[in-house]
Amino acid sequence: MMKAFRRTFIPAAWLGWQVESNWTHPLVFFLFSAIKPISGVMILVFMFRAVSHVSVSSPLYAYIYVGNALYIYVASTVAGASYSILDDRERYRSLKYLYIAPVSIPVYMFGRAVARFLTASLAVAITLAAGCLLFRLPIHPLQVNWLMFLAALVLGLLCLAAIGIILGAWTLTIRSEPHFLGEAVAAAMYLFSGAIFPITLLPTYLQPIGYLMPMTYWLELMRRALLGSGMTAFPTLLAYSNGDLFVILALLTGGFGVVAFAAFRFFDRVARDRGMIDAQSNF
Amino acid sequence: MDSGWRLFLRTIVARAYPRVIGQQRQKSWIFFETFLPFLAVAGYVYVYRAMEASPDFIGFAVMGGAMTAFWLNVIWSMSAQMYWEKDNGNLALYIMAPNSMMAILLGMALGGMFATALRAAVILVFGIWVFQVQFTVSSYIQLFAVFLLTMSALYGMGMLFASLFLLYGRNVWQVNAVMQEPIYLLSGFYFPVKNFGMAVSLVASIIPMTLGMDAMRQLVFSNGPAIGFLPVRTEIFALVSLSVLFVTAAKYWLDKVERLAVQEGTLTDRRR
Repeated sequence: MMKAFRRTFIPAAWLGWQVESNWTHPLVFFLFSAIKPISGVMILVFMFRAVSHVSVSSPLYAYIYVGNALYIYVASTVAGASYSILDDRERYRSLKYLYIAPVSIPVYMFGRAVARFLTASLAVAITLAAGCLLFRLPIHPLQVNWLMFLAALVLGLLCLAAIGIILGAWTLTIRSEPHFLGEAVAAAMYLFSGAIFPITLLPTYLQPIGYLMPMTYWLELMRRALLGSGMTAFPTLLAYSNGDLFVILALLTGGFGVVAFAAFRFFDRVARDRGMIDAQSNF
Repeated sequence: MDSGWRLFLRTIVARAYPRVIGQQRQKSWIFFETFLPFLAVAGYVYVYRAMEASPDFIGFAVMGGAMTAFWLNVIWSMSAQMYWEKDNGNLALYIMAPNSMMAILLGMALGGMFATALRAAVILVFGIWVFQVQFTVSSYIQLFAVFLLTMSALYGMGMLFASLFLLYGRNVWQVNAVMQEPIYLLSGFYFPVKNFGMAVSLVASIIPMTLGMDAMRQLVFSNGPAIGFLPVRTEIFALVSLSVLFVTAAKYWLDKVERLAVQEGTLTDRRR
């Protein structure tokens, strides 16, 4: 176990970090990491300003801002999973060598997911800091429930990594437009998990999709940890205590972990049978 | 063998052909390239609904979502295209062939514009239907002119970027990625650009989408003129100027790139 960790996880996470960051000077990388997420969140800030009767002191403002900032983790880890496989298989053409090397491929995927999580953490931290300093986001570091924040963050990382492994393994078997898979799942999560609006605004027949998504509970926990009492303005999950939300998220994470394990075994076999490990789709 | 204008026109048609026909052969592209932007549009529509904004704002989000199809096409299928061609080994063939690179880029632009217009139309029609958007068009002629001029300036910009991006290596991915949300923000894809104030809006006007979308909003929404940044006629004049500027700059840089390819012999090197 420790040997697999040393031999696969650490090099994979390091490789992922290098792929993400070493294409330029660290300062430029920092700027690039900041520009995209801050722009994304500023779109929402200006939408708020455009609708003149809504004040930034409204709880909705903090709800949207924090949800959008935290969603960076989802987009990066979930959509990034497909891209990592495509990068390795088709851009750098190194996946075939990884397959014949004495490494564990699921652990390698997990390592790459952690690297994306780290780069996303930088973007999330910048976005939240900008929110507090420039956009009047009501987060007060002394009032944040850091224990709850870290516990939810770790559970969320595991869940996102499991979803990433499922999508990455599935990507292995797809020849046409494989990159759309991660993007489609990430986009669906953006809409249905209450990232930028309460899911009760969705049509009634679509709301159950939101309740089935682990990110719905994860975002609620993260918001409660960061915003505290500000979250009581949104009744969607108000009936659930923090403990309830942790239990639901842990169960869903465990479920996705089991599915990830089974999915990898299945898709890996299919990919080998179809000769997809070194396929070129010119996506 | 064809030469002169005949070769130029045939090259345009030849390069536009795969852009138009390609999507017929791979219909899943159409689904994903309309479905994914539509999800983003839906997200912004629900944000406006959460804010209890007026119905025009829902229309802004739908129109912005449809126009993202053009911007994504310009950055991924125009700007980065020469880089992909280099990666696939086609660039060397383009440069050796007796046809004009400008004709190749024009063909890419026209084909891409046509194919993307279909996708944008699907997003728009679906958005209007699902979210019950109401349009009040004040001048169809001006609207048509603004749309065509926006496309000319936008794809002219794409042609310019296509030659500039050749000089980048693998960081072309990063550059393109960073040209999405920041441009959606600066060009006011989902809200009136007037909210930035005069100075920032003027700087943002170098991106043709900024003025094009502002003018279109003024022409199709009932409270459009009230939220407009500049008068529509001024924006039309600015779009004409931007079209000329970008196409001329694209020609200059393409000539430069072709000279570099011949002199240095490293431009088509895949390791760069």
